Amino acid sequence: MTVVTGIQPISAGRRVKDRAVQALVYLAFAIAVVPLVSVLWLVIRNGLKRFDIEFLTHSMRNIGARDAGGGAYHAIIGTLEQVLLASLIAVPIGLLTAIYLVEYGNGGRLSRIVSFFVDVMTGVPSVVSGLFILAFWILALGMPFSGFAGALALSILMMPTVVRSAEEMLRLVPNELREASYALGVPKWRSIVKVVLPTAFTGIVTGVMLAVARVAGETAPLLLVVFSTDSINNDPFNGPQMGLPLYVFDQASRPNDTAIDRAWAGALTLILIIMLLNLVARLISWWRSPAKRG
Amino acid sequence: MRRPAFRRSRGDGPFRFLSTASGIVLLVIMAAIGVFLVVKAIPALQANTSHFLTELTWNPNATQPVFGIGALAFGTLISSFIALIIATPVAVGVALFISHYAPRRLASALGYLVDLLAAVPSVVYGLWGVAFLVPFMLSPSSFLNKYFAWIPIFGGDQVVGKSMLTASLVLAIMILPIIAAISREVFLQAPRIQEEAALALGATRWEMIRMAVLPFGRPGVITAALLGLGRAMGETIAVALIFPATFTISFRILSANGNSIAANIANGFGEATPIGRGALIASGLVLFLITLLVNTAARLVIARRKEYARAAA
Amino acid sequence: MAKQIEVSDLDAYYGSHKAIEGISMTIEPRSVTAFIGPSGCGKSTFLRTLNRMHEVIPGARVEGKVRLEDQDLYGPSVDPVSVRRTIGMVFQRPNPFPTMSIFDNVAAGLKLNGRFSKSQLEGVVEESLKGANLWNEVKTRLNKPGAGLSGGQQQRLCIARAIAVRPQVLLMDEPCSALDPISTLAIEDLISELKQEFTIVIVTHNMQQAARVSEKTAFFNLAAQGQPGKLIEMDETSKIFTNPTQKATEDYITGRFG
Repeated sequence: MTVVTGIQPISAGRRVKDRAVQALVYLAFAIAVVPLVSVLWLVIRNGLKRFDIEFLTHSMRNIGARDAGGGAYHAIIGTLEQVLLASLIAVPIGLLTAIYLVEYGNGGRLSRIVSFFVDVMTGVPSVVSGLFILAFWILALGMPFSGFAGALALSILMMPTVVRSAEEMLRLVPNELREASYALGVPKWRSIVKVVLPTAFTGIVTGVMLAVARVAGETAPLLLVVFSTDSINNDPFNGPQMGLPLYVFDQASRPNDTAIDRAWAGALTLILIIMLLNLVARLISWWRSPAKRG
Repeated sequence: MRRPAFRRSRGDGPFRFLSTASGIVLLVIMAAIGVFLVVKAIPALQANTSHFLTELTWNPNATQPVFGIGALAFGTLISSFIALIIATPVAVGVALFISHYAPRRLASALGYLVDLLAAVPSVVYGLWGVAFLVPFMLSPSSFLNKYFAWIPIFGGDQVVGKSMLTASLVLAIMILPIIAAISREVFLQAPRIQEEAALALGATRWEMIRMAVLPFGRPGVITAALLGLGRAMGETIAVALIFPATFTISFRILSANGNSIAANIANGFGEATPIGRGALIASGLVLFLITLLVNTAARLVIARRKEYARAAA
Repeated sequence: MAKQIEVSDLDAYYGSHKAIEGISMTIEPRSVTAFIGPSGCGKSTFLRTLNRMHEVIPGARVEGKVRLEDQDLYGPSVDPVSVRRTIGMVFQRPNPFPTMSIFDNVAAGLKLNGRFSKSQLEGVVEESLKGANLWNEVKTRLNKPGAGLSGGQQQRLCIARAIAVRPQVLLMDEPCSALDPISTLAIEDLISELKQEFTIVIVTHNMQQAARVSEKTAFFNLAAQGQPGKLIEMDETSKIFTNPTQKATEDYITGRFG
């Protein structure tokens, strides 16, 4: 029998394979970053051409398909109103559902079913939620196309995100806090409102901001239930409105350069709004984390 | 202090009711989506002069409406599968990079960079696709067509930029962050003691990952891929701008073929008659059911994984 | 196949924190050396520097020399993977691969080198399981998952897995701390058998155990919390337990602290 002495180096094949996998893993990351850089670069470069005061303060009223000028003011107003309304609907329902799941559900049958469908709801395509509002609100109830109808569709997309993030935050609240509150004779609902929710507050706000950022870029529901217009419509409850994503889609579908330039500027505006929301959300959660540690 | 000691306090009942009702509202919405889509699809389906499930063409606005989901469902499935095949290996690589290869200090920042891909709205990918990727894809597509035409999917006489391949590529980019994020989470949860066991046996980093990380993470990766598949199927605006919007069934992914249920809804809605709208709603119902199925499957894999984790503990 | 280990002036860090300082010792071949000391004194950290497992933790690093016969484990051309292949390790908590069968667990290390026929593998697996005193308990269910065994059996499975690759040294990091007394006894018996063939280094919290299984004992201590751990003294086990030269050792042995 040969006695193996000393440290035997591993075979070249194994070392090569290890290095090859490492190279592939680095490559995968590079591949993933390339489209991000490309998208951001083109949006910034092409978007800046028309990202001016006129763009931010004017609508497309009386601007012909081939005319230069015009702006996205009407679309920015529309998006802000639609997203605000969607949040006003989705946040209370989502937050209360999360409270139900964490504080009242007790893992019973109903809470398991609700929890399962929250997951399933996350996967509802945005175009389907738009079709649903079309079928229900506009066709069955005979309501007009409006920014509010869009907000309804967006709220369906927001709800599961709000539920999941709020649920996660509520579960992070230590049980001792709840018990301490009960022990003082504070009723459960007041404990939730006065102790649990404030503790989880910043986390919930972060989750809501991220949910808002997600739906702010949705186009398909707007296409189906908000319709589109070239004019400013400040009333989200009446008549077609514009939304920023819809504006980009609309301009991108027109085959001439001035429209494409407007589409890029719209895309830049949209990305800036979404990045701002993301940034604020991250700042809030960053600001919260030292408190959590302390 | 006259109040009896153990009475339920005022306010708890209504609050409990309100939160329970909210949970039920979610269930009602999910049910209502199904119900209203069915109700508003029925008149159009009754007016249809062909078989909805097998017909390829889409002429619901004609006086004799003829429409079917065949070509659209085919396009939806094929484009999503191609996207999945492209995105999954890259996403797993990205997840491993962040969980096991990148320097610790950089890992979370780099992970955030990939998450940013998910923050870019669909319509911006559409615009990018039309303005940049479509012309860009012409030469690689011609290359594939020239040298790999013997593989049927790369065959065909005419190569275009607005092809199934380009649309699938955009879909792949869009679902990559979700697959990467979920895979990363499960890879990070791989038990440290088993990783050390592998290393102590003299495993290289890759061998350690193969022995202790991938077997643990596999169900999570499958779930991630299924969720990505569901996302790809429902994706609308980006591909609506790229698909050539044909109503044929062809595996030639470089030619002017391709459409999807969601893209067709976005493109066809503007000029749809009432029957046309009903037909689009019917197609939306099919999309809803398919994505429901895929998402449920994904959740079941997760549920099985929990049991597995408990058994292994 | 047993080798002598010589450590000279070794420091180990976690980031900027120095965990152990200035350790020098010689570990004799074909014997059992026990490391004892209070929690946090760096004995486990030191053990992990002996097969370069310490540096697996992000930010961890080592200064100093560890020689296996005449080779420096931390030499510039030495691959840590081959060091770990040569110096096996058994951990505090049994950690068989949960998705692998008992057979595959034992064969895992061999398969990495990938040049064994099925019958060769079977031979080594049987021999290793016998060596770990586990063969009789599992020979009828080699294809069942290793996670289905009891804690003590799992730990012996991990020992079988470690000895299957024929290491020159076997490091054991509190191998019995998660086990019941009967399993502990089985592992201790096994250790006395294995030292015929391997150089064994064992970290233990249990002083009786150190006294029962080891020839040499090293006592580690730290001046205060946050200070690096140091080797206080090392000698024949019987001497350490009956007549230690250092006061700290005596205090620890007699249970005055730790």
